[in-house]
Amino acid sequence: MRKTLSLALPLAALVLLAAAPLVASAYQLGLLLGMATYVTLASAWALFSGHTRYISLATVAFYGTGAYTVAVLNESLPYPVVLAVAGVIGAGLALVVGLSTLRLAGIYFVIFSFGLSELIRELITWYEVNVTGTLGRYIFLDITARGIYWQMLALGAFTIGLTAWIHRRRLGLALRVIGDDETVAAHSGIHLARVKLIVFVLASTIITLAGAIASPRWVYVEPSIVFNPTVSFLTVIMALLGGANRLWGPALGAVPLFLVFEWLSSDFPDTYPIILGLLFIAVVFVLPNGVLAGIERLRQRRKA
Amino acid sequence: MLEIKDLTLRYGKHTALDGVSAEVGKGEMVAILGANGAGKSSLLGAVGGRVRPASGSIRYQDQDLLALPQHLLVEHGIALVPEGRGIFPAMTVEDNLSLGALPRRAQAGAAARRDEVFGLFPKLAQRRGQIAGTMSGGEQQMVAIGRALMSAPDLLLLDEPSLGLAPIVAQELFAALGRIRAGGLTIMIVEQNAAATLALADRAYLLEAGRIIGAGAAEALRNDPAVAAAFLGGALTD
Repeated sequence: MRKTLSLALPLAALVLLAAAPLVASAYQLGLLLGMATYVTLASAWALFSGHTRYISLATVAFYGTGAYTVAVLNESLPYPVVLAVAGVIGAGLALVVGLSTLRLAGIYFVIFSFGLSELIRELITWYEVNVTGTLGRYIFLDITARGIYWQMLALGAFTIGLTAWIHRRRLGLALRVIGDDETVAAHSGIHLARVKLIVFVLASTIITLAGAIASPRWVYVEPSIVFNPTVSFLTVIMALLGGANRLWGPALGAVPLFLVFEWLSSDFPDTYPIILGLLFIAVVFVLPNGVLAGIERLRQRRKA
Repeated sequence: MLEIKDLTLRYGKHTALDGVSAEVGKGEMVAILGANGAGKSSLLGAVGGRVRPASGSIRYQDQDLLALPQHLLVEHGIALVPEGRGIFPAMTVEDNLSLGALPRRAQAGAAARRDEVFGLFPKLAQRRGQIAGTMSGGEQQMVAIGRALMSAPDLLLLDEPSLGLAPIVAQELFAALGRIRAGGLTIMIVEQNAAATLALADRAYLLEAGRIIGAGAAEALRNDPAVAAAFLGGALTD
């Protein structure tokens, strides 16, 4: 009963969400798309970082790479092929980054992942200015906002489905164990580097695809727009608020926070970054394991 | 079964092990005794693949152990219980144990081995659903040892299992180790509690400042006044 419910409920929600654009206004559709995007980003981020506790600030490195791939290729290749190419580039980039950095511990990985986003942005800027001689590109694609939303919704559903599937497998167990104690994990026969690499590549590919799917909305794209570090920070704070090591945690954090940020950035554009920072601190201090874990703790306390 | 030869290990300029040689025969329980910083954990760490020695060799069942990556040791029957428990605090006792049976060699017969572990530590059977991190230090150590046993080891490496435990809990732990030992498992143990360890072990090596300064049958070492003075607080009369 519980099992069918845990499958039926998300599916029903998915159908409802997929039908929503038929009645939503253009503004509401924009909100839905934003939410779907951040649910996807936060869930994909948590797929790797939630259990391994490797806090990655490289979300926008992959997200931006996806968007930029579309910007460069959208006039020369058909759209589905462009998406596939973006996925391959994202996976390749994640493979190189993962192989060289997943041995870094804790804070060093955080700093590296942040630096990576800046590095890629600077590299592309340099290339555009010095080689192609243009900064900024246009994306003219025949895709409606609805089409983008449906694609993002599908990617988000896929991400959460993939997370649930992995958690039930040996790979999921390995991930949880690595976050707790790498020595014992290795001595339980887990190939640490391989497990981390597989999941990092999976998550990064999804994030790259999210950037590629979202990009037609911008129409005009340049490195400082698509490699905006705020995206990385928002993703982390959303996943942490909901609970990065739970299946539904990132989604639960992404929806309300996206709405709050949307409101703040339009009504308080000047103080918005300060509020964002304060919120970040508050989440880490008050709910280090997320809302879902907090609720669980309260329940246990009531029982005891 | 295990043959360590001329092992030298350095952390930067500091030499932790200086030409250490030791042996563990099949079915033996061998203790490594020494003060803090003598290199005991480094020696066990080298066998467990945690640290790379600068020179020397470790052979295990006629193969070069140093050539094996860490995650494959368990497939060859080596199980390590690291210092400081080494359990997964967010998981239940049962999940911790199942995790021990993750290696391919341990998958068959896992249920039977779990019953053995429960027989060895009845407390774990009663608390199989408890989150391991909420248990006492002694119980967590039982979980850690139980997890190691679940991997069907031929050689069990124990790093300071009684560290930080109350004397009565440590006593209980040593009693359990005695039962494991009686089952015929080969054990290499690093301990500060020399008296209790020597009472169980067949042989022991004495380590000081990275060198072996003595070795012998546990029984003989227990009665050696020099050993008593250096490692047993000078009082081993009981």
